[in-house]
Amino acid sequence: MYPPEYRYTKEHEWVHVSGESAAVGITHHAQDQLGDVVFVELPDVGAKLQANGAFGTVESVKAVSDIYAPIGGDVTEVNEALIDMPELLNSDPHGAGWLVRLKIFDATELEALMNAGEYAEYVAAEGG
Amino acid sequence: MLAALGIESIEDLFESIPEDLRYRGRPAIPDGLSEYEILDYFRARAEEGAKGYASFLGAGAYRHFRPVIIDALATRGEFLTAYTPYQAEISQGILTTIFEFQTMVAQLTGMEAANASMYDGSTAVPEAGTMAARITRRGRLLAARSLHPEYRQVLDTYYRHQHLPVETVRYDRDSGQIDLADLESKLSDEVAAVIVQSPNFFGVIDKTREAAELAHRRGALLIVIFSEAAALGILQPTAEADIVAGELQSFAHPTSYGGPCVGVLATKMKYIRQMPGRLVGETVDAGGNRAFCLTLATREQHIRRAKATSNICTNQALVALMATIYMTVFGKQGLRELAEQNLAKARYLAAAVRANAGSLVFSGPFFNEFVARPGSGDGARVNEAALEKNIVGGLELGRLYPELDGALLVCATEVNRREEMDRYAACFGPPAGGIGIE
Amino acid sequence: MSKIRRHQTQNELLIFERSSPGKIGYRLPPLDVPAVAADEALGAENVRGEIAGFPEVSEVEIIRHFTRLSTWNYAIDLGLYPLGSCTMKYNPRLNEAVARIEGIVDAHPYQPQALAQGAMRIQQTLERYLAHIAGMDAVTLQPAAGAHGELTGILLIRAYLQSQGDAREVVLIPDSAHGTNPATAAIAGYKVKEIASNERGTIDMASLAAAIDDSVAALMVTNPNTLGIFEQDIAEVAALLHDRGAQLYMDGANMNALVGVARPGDFGVDVMHLNLHKTFSTPHGGGGPGAGPVAVKSHLEPFLPVPRIAEEAGALRYDHDRPRSIGRVRAFYGNFGVLVRALAYILAHGGDGLRNATLDAVLNANYIRKGIENDYHLPYDAPSMHECVFSHNKQVARGVKTGDIAKRLIDYGFHPYTVSFPLIVHGALMIEPTETESKAELDLFIDALKSIAREVETDPQLVLRAPQTTRTSRVDETRAARKPILIWEPPANGA
Repeated sequence: MYPPEYRYTKEHEWVHVSGESAAVGITHHAQDQLGDVVFVELPDVGAKLQANGAFGTVESVKAVSDIYAPIGGDVTEVNEALIDMPELLNSDPHGAGWLVRLKIFDATELEALMNAGEYAEYVAAEGG
Repeated sequence: MLAALGIESIEDLFESIPEDLRYRGRPAIPDGLSEYEILDYFRARAEEGAKGYASFLGAGAYRHFRPVIIDALATRGEFLTAYTPYQAEISQGILTTIFEFQTMVAQLTGMEAANASMYDGSTAVPEAGTMAARITRRGRLLAARSLHPEYRQVLDTYYRHQHLPVETVRYDRDSGQIDLADLESKLSDEVAAVIVQSPNFFGVIDKTREAAELAHRRGALLIVIFSEAAALGILQPTAEADIVAGELQSFAHPTSYGGPCVGVLATKMKYIRQMPGRLVGETVDAGGNRAFCLTLATREQHIRRAKATSNICTNQALVALMATIYMTVFGKQGLRELAEQNLAKARYLAAAVRANAGSLVFSGPFFNEFVARPGSGDGARVNEAALEKNIVGGLELGRLYPELDGALLVCATEVNRREEMDRYAACFGPPAGGIGIE
Repeated sequence: MSKIRRHQTQNELLIFERSSPGKIGYRLPPLDVPAVAADEALGAENVRGEIAGFPEVSEVEIIRHFTRLSTWNYAIDLGLYPLGSCTMKYNPRLNEAVARIEGIVDAHPYQPQALAQGAMRIQQTLERYLAHIAGMDAVTLQPAAGAHGELTGILLIRAYLQSQGDAREVVLIPDSAHGTNPATAAIAGYKVKEIASNERGTIDMASLAAAIDDSVAALMVTNPNTLGIFEQDIAEVAALLHDRGAQLYMDGANMNALVGVARPGDFGVDVMHLNLHKTFSTPHGGGGPGAGPVAVKSHLEPFLPVPRIAEEAGALRYDHDRPRSIGRVRAFYGNFGVLVRALAYILAHGGDGLRNATLDAVLNANYIRKGIENDYHLPYDAPSMHECVFSHNKQVARGVKTGDIAKRLIDYGFHPYTVSFPLIVHGALMIEPTETESKAELDLFIDALKSIAREVETDPQLVLRAPQTTRTSRVDETRAARKPILIWEPPANGA
């Protein structure tokens, strides 16, 4: 369910780092709780994200959730496909439903995050 | 029912209200009245008014013919006694009419989308202003002094505590239109929007396109306001506007001492998520049939709470329905003919005022209202003479615009007959007793 | 008796799709003055062409169009409409008649005050009656709706505190509050701090005491609260706030539980709004127009919106000269037509009648509560006032949520209750019958809810597929929100 090479937050975001670059998204559990996603609001390319800072929102028909950056970095790319197909967040949250790509500031910030096993346990403990 | 609840008296159900907080006084409200007594009470109040008077008042509340089928349809219990259409399956009637309302407002204003209505024109203005501030992420507004003065007062009340200062832009003393040089000098990179009314409070068609160009050059939006919807039947909408807000009372409801009214808010599709208020959208039901529902609700207070686009919780659905029926009755041809009649009546009255030694204060093109002064004396004198002929004259402007003290804002619509316009215009002439005697 | 059975319903296109070029449904009197060329009068650049897409239909088509659409609505006139906190009571038709009397309906807001004495007397009388009902000192009728009244009230508090030297920064709001409360506080420039409820469902005094400091401007409370429970400690709450120089705002959404029985002014409220479209029977009209008068204690009176009505030697006039006023919150004098209807309601009931309405409203809510308490989970068992709040806890194990039960109620011929509110109850069913329902209608409603509870046990799919008897089945709200279509557009191929 949860890719082992990713890291996870308690706010249900994931981050996938390769070298200096990282992709960020929301987890399967997060999209399941939200229901059908209808709209995604993302930052502009060039925005600076701080770890744990809110950088966008995901909306379903009757709920809005802030999305928090798992790790700090400069936004190098945003997933434009989500503008027309927000449903990608439901159908493929860990893949085609990625939100932004970052050039990361400090890889040591990853150490504070959960691995896939820890996250699965965390979700189970939350009653999900 | 008491037995089912196992209680002796209904009062037992109120035990959770501490004894010392209960009201034990005698009601200071008289005993209940019958239907006939209540009708008599309100008929007596109506007699203390201006029944049977001709009127030349406008200034944000307009007198128009109102097809009788509006009330025949809008008082159907299925419309009158329903609530906000949360349950789409049993609210398709009201949802469909709101979708038609949104469509007609967009067609009239030349915008791409409109909401389900606002309380009224005056409160739509600050809602449009905060919407512009959110879109531009800027914190100042410029409002024309020729915007309805009570709308400007509402704007001040709303913004005094929102760190959204509003600066006033002068009008040109000759044309009655916005002073473009003053606008240009006050525009800066901090200005979120310029607010211009057209026809403006003086009845003058304003320079909205020129204002849009100046605003856009500095990255600000243009908000166009209207209070006389009848003008939309003939006026070219300002395609350059980013937001249009206004009052549709002319198409919906009698003047009713100023309310209820129905505000509108229309904009471009790209700004839709920053728009406050209810929105109805098209979709399908489980059987694949076209259906409508409330949509984009995540902008609203019941979901976003303290972060909502507005605290607004309802629209003015029934008055919006009345407007929808009115616009349907008049339709494409009727709105044009109605506007042409208003234009012709106001021109006739203006000519009659001039023929009686009165003058028009502004030279800009006007729709069905204009500012006039008598040849001698002031507007109060004109209106006193008119009252003796059972005519309520135009609005005396001194309290709202000290610089226009003594002038009158006069409105003629399709309901004003030629004969009553002649009688009112005569009041602008020399007072009875002869020329030169004041 | 079952409340409904199947009935023919008419299909109907949108009005734009019914249009044919050249059709008209209006006729104006002939113009009795010379016609004017629009291009010359306004300048050709200011004159529009035809309004593309606008309707062109005959009168009978208009009548049929809107009549057919009306039959697709549920309404109070068809039966119980138990939306909690919305107070959907019967709307007397007398109110409609008096609001349309000539001389009232066509009064102009700027007609000379000597010729507006009747309209002003109506306002003054209503202000006095509402002040009495609320136990307050003065009332403004200007706000156009409840949320608009809230904004007015919080601006009054701000202006008052400012006059005392400091407007302060924080407004406290219980977690059971309506969403308009935090939205209003934010718009009035305050930060919102949430106060937890206790196990009784009312304000937790310890949490409140801990949250109050000199930065707190006010507490916004609904009483009875959104669980339909009276805040028993309200007098202590008021004292606690006043001791620290803060104000108590009351959301009057639930006044239908109190009129004639208890007065907010007597338990320490400084300012509150009333919803004339709830408590005082003016029609909801599919979502407005309403009216949200604001009642205040005397220390807030100088700050009320302008103008105020003043009386001298029997003559009424508007006083605009009020330097401490917060200004206007709306053009003219508020939703006057709604005020007329509310006054008619008060006159019809009289003081004792208003009190009796309150008693019956509370009786009806408790009768429903008793009727279904074995079938649905009651999260808070404190006594109910005018509404009762259950949860879907018993049904959710079978995969049925409050929204599904609501949709199934439609199949039984009822409008659903308020779904999923208040937020502090997970899966809430919030039920407010009002006083104008008969025992027979209440019994049908109770039977329907009991029957649905049984269906959840025996055939949950039946409930999950509801409604099945409506002309429109479950509506795809996701599709509407993903690709918003907000206006009708002519087909691209012109067909």
